[in-house]
Amino acid sequence: MKSLRNVALTILLFCSSIIAWELIVRIFEVPTFIFPAPSKVAMALWRGFASGLYQKHLSHTLLETVLGFLLGSALGFFLGTAVALNRYVEYFFYPYIVMFQSLPKVALAPLIVVWFGLGLKSQVINAALVAFFPLLVNTMVGLKSADEDRLNLMRSLAASESQIFWMLRLPNALPFVMAGLDVAMIFALIGAIVAEFVGARAGLGMLIQSMNFNMDVSGQFSVLLILSVVGLLLNRCILLIRRRILFWDPSEKERLERERIAL
Amino acid sequence: MEAIAVNDLSKLYSTRDGTVQALQQISFSVSEGEFVAVVGPSGCGKSTLLKILAGILPPSRGEARLRGTPITTPRRDIGVVFQSPVLLPWRNVLDNVLLPIDVQRLGRGGHLKIAMDLLSLVELVGFERRYPWELSGGMQQRVAITRALIHDPAMLLMDEPFGALDAMTREQMNLELQRIWLERKKTVLFITHSIPEAVFLADRVLVLTPRPGRIIDDVQVKIPRPRALEVMNFPEFAPYVHSIRRQFDAKGMIDS
Repeated sequence: MKSLRNVALTILLFCSSIIAWELIVRIFEVPTFIFPAPSKVAMALWRGFASGLYQKHLSHTLLETVLGFLLGSALGFFLGTAVALNRYVEYFFYPYIVMFQSLPKVALAPLIVVWFGLGLKSQVINAALVAFFPLLVNTMVGLKSADEDRLNLMRSLAASESQIFWMLRLPNALPFVMAGLDVAMIFALIGAIVAEFVGARAGLGMLIQSMNFNMDVSGQFSVLLILSVVGLLLNRCILLIRRRILFWDPSEKERLERERIAL
Repeated sequence: MEAIAVNDLSKLYSTRDGTVQALQQISFSVSEGEFVAVVGPSGCGKSTLLKILAGILPPSRGEARLRGTPITTPRRDIGVVFQSPVLLPWRNVLDNVLLPIDVQRLGRGGHLKIAMDLLSLVELVGFERRYPWELSGGMQQRVAITRALIHDPAMLLMDEPFGALDAMTREQMNLELQRIWLERKKTVLFITHSIPEAVFLADRVLVLTPRPGRIIDDVQVKIPRPRALEVMNFPEFAPYVHSIRRQFDAKGMIDS
């Protein structure tokens, strides 16, 4: 009963804020090129999808994001593992990693366009660069955070280092890795959009740029709406994977508890 | 036959403020199938002793032998129960119990039945597919005991295994441990800071004093088994506890 009431309240709140927005724009006669009414945004959305324009750019951006995410997180995971397991790798590479990390990665986008052109390649690389660090850092921390008692248990069983890695360190690092993936997914989307801003032939970021030149603010709003839905859905995908893999993690159980209350 | 022989064992730790002597020239032996408790206040080197016997810490001087061979590295014929259950949360009860089998590649097939028998010994039948977080503290520690027994080790090392449990559960676990021990007759070295627990469980109590850790007494407990909890109220129980506690009082240590 309580959950039903909460769902109703959520819908009510959503509808009333849309209506309030529509009313405010109409009453104060705000020009569309400054702040469009929700009805204008909805029309732009409809037009975009009816013409097939949005689908084309959306699929392009999605492809860049997912490819960049996979590439960046795989690299981050493997390098993070190498740094966590090998003192020499850590000693020689970690200073550069820290240096590189403090650099805003999106600032590299223009350079990457110069190197790799306007095609898919440069957007994927940019997305991967941004998605790389959360995975690297989280994998590193996760693999190093194995509890001393658990390590002693494995040692007392005469486990080899590789057994300790596979049976203890790696599963122990999974909550960290999943948290990294969570961030990396959104970061990859940001990286892809920024790369499109800098220069691309297709994609929602490029679309926003061209709409901006044409003062099509309703169009921009509609694309922003799509982007936030895309971000939300990508994040949900990660959460679903996380729930399947980390069913044993205490923080995952807390999250389930919270969601039960929220509904 | 001697299961454990410890000879002139010393352990020094070097810290920032110089060296600390955790153990000083400890010697004792444990017979096959004997239950020996080591009792002492915190900081007396109990855990150091356990780590040396488990082979995860090398001694500075002297040696410890298990069934005649020196313990230098971790061995496969030792079962260890730690202060906390140390169960792996991503493994269910059965998989946790089978961890030593997986690590030592002994083959799960032949050990499934042994695991189930042990789980019924600790009264956890029906919980094999549960995960650690679904169990109470006492149940988790019973899983840990089962895990320590699965590969049929020559010796069971227990490091204050019931220290984190509430008093009632602790008494229950003491009874259970006695039952398991009477049934399996393993050699047990049980470390605790509770004098009554040591006297209740053990055939022999070694009294360890801190800084530096050394054995100052070796008490034979001649109370017949199986011992019920009421034994603690029997007239023959108190003198053991008193005589052990006096040794700590004499050294100016106030600890249970």
